[in-house]
Amino acid sequence: MFTLRDKYAIAGLGETAYTKNSGTTVLNLAVEACQKAADDAGVPVEEIDGIISYNFGDSVPAIAVATALGIPNAGYAVDFAGGGNAANLITLTAAAAIEAGLAKSVLCFRAMNGRSGFRLGGGREFQARGITQYTAPFGWITYPQAMAMWCRRHMIEYGTTAEQLGSVAITFRENASLNERAMQREPITMDDYMASRFIVEPFRMLDICLETDGACAVLVTKAEHARDLRHTPVYIMGGAYGGGPNQGEDLFDAIRWPDHSQNYAAYIADDLWRSAGIGPQDVDLAEIYDCFTYSVIMQLEGLGFCKPGEGGPFVASGAIKRDGSLPLNTHGGLLSEAYIHGLNHVLEAVRQLRGEAGPRQIPGAEIALTTAGAMTCGSAMVLRA
Amino acid sequence: MNDASKPIPVADSDSAPFWEGCREHRLLIQRCASCKTPRFPPMRACPKCHSTLSEWFEASGRGTVYSWIVVQHPVPREVYGQDVPYVVALIDLEEGVRMVSNIIGLDPRAIGANMPVEVTFEPGEGDVVLPKFKPREAP
Ligand SMILES: [Zn+2]
Repeated sequence: MFTLRDKYAIAGLGETAYTKNSGTTVLNLAVEACQKAADDAGVPVEEIDGIISYNFGDSVPAIAVATALGIPNAGYAVDFAGGGNAANLITLTAAAAIEAGLAKSVLCFRAMNGRSGFRLGGGREFQARGITQYTAPFGWITYPQAMAMWCRRHMIEYGTTAEQLGSVAITFRENASLNERAMQREPITMDDYMASRFIVEPFRMLDICLETDGACAVLVTKAEHARDLRHTPVYIMGGAYGGGPNQGEDLFDAIRWPDHSQNYAAYIADDLWRSAGIGPQDVDLAEIYDCFTYSVIMQLEGLGFCKPGEGGPFVASGAIKRDGSLPLNTHGGLLSEAYIHGLNHVLEAVRQLRGEAGPRQIPGAEIALTTAGAMTCGSAMVLRA
Repeated sequence: MNDASKPIPVADSDSAPFWEGCREHRLLIQRCASCKTPRFPPMRACPKCHSTLSEWFEASGRGTVYSWIVVQHPVPREVYGQDVPYVVALIDLEEGVRMVSNIIGLDPRAIGANMPVEVTFEPGEGDVVLPKFKPREAP
């Protein structure tokens, strides 16, 4: 369990523009975001000695980015095979590496040409090997198809409705309208949501996140080091990574998962809150992994913000709006800001805790939760100003 | 590889008996030879007792619908466009394992939770035979 409470901090943020066609290489995107994160912290590249990323073979190796940045001694370079489960895993791993004496200042990045290059939603290999031999031949191929299956089970068990899903999409779009970086800022109504065409029932187009070209990076360092740097440090209170006992062969493997009405969040909640030393009631805002509207509901239930089955009514109640009891995805989320595989959630949480979120700032925000993951495994982190 | 074909399941040393069974229109499931716990997909060791001794048995082919989706916008369209809307479901076999398959032979709107289904076999790409499911009378 992660027990490094408040010893490490996020000291720098960097990101590229979020577009549908970057016109440049993934390596260049990664380098731009990482350079900005180092500059934002005020840490010279010469002092960075660790770099971590995650990918599905759709990005660039961490060591390639270290080389392009001109880092003289990248003594700790790690690439995780992962996607929407790993955005907080990399920051937690950075803290653990520093604790172990393997590095002092670690860049964590995610870079992808997710629209113009390798499209994650666009299907999988057509030689169906491994777990996919039991799934892909039946036309079960894309992530929306996979996640819609979980959503249906929640609807069966708890009566979760389309309107409840729609309220998530509408709320996040409202937030995006205040975010100049967001790719989608046009407000939507419930009528718009219901009229949005079915992609894979029960999911409509507006239940599904964007595809984005872009990159995000954060710089993790020791708390005492961060206090000497340019910005007020944002401290890592705690975090957790994992899932249940039957995570399967990959993120897509749901065959062995016992209960599709709850996901990884229910399994990591105890570790998360114990490590942070707080509970869900202490969180001022949360950036919840929203690859789909439905994934938000399952994580809120799993992490204890409401009881199992009450996620639908909770999101539809207005509680998740900026003036509600738990403002969510204040930047617009993966549904409306951009899909940088959840690392953009971490950037937004840090901005909120620094008080730098401009028109979408949540007044008095001191503690924020970020999550990453939707199905059998994921990661979450609690940050404080 | 033919881009216009559906994904071809590539059998491996664990799965070969399963796909061979499908060609014979038999739904073969692996189980632990020590504690007799069925498992799917087939794999080296028993998740329950960790024995590496395994055997195969023919399942009844009866099960129920655990969850399902209706694919309206297929990917890739050139492969699945003629099939839409099609149904993919998680099927709980009565032996206690869960599979992914298609439900065929009824309007997608008629599908309900826990609906009883039974296996049927359909030709797939090449010499592959796929286990699919159709409605059955409740017992
Ligand atoms: Zn056994």
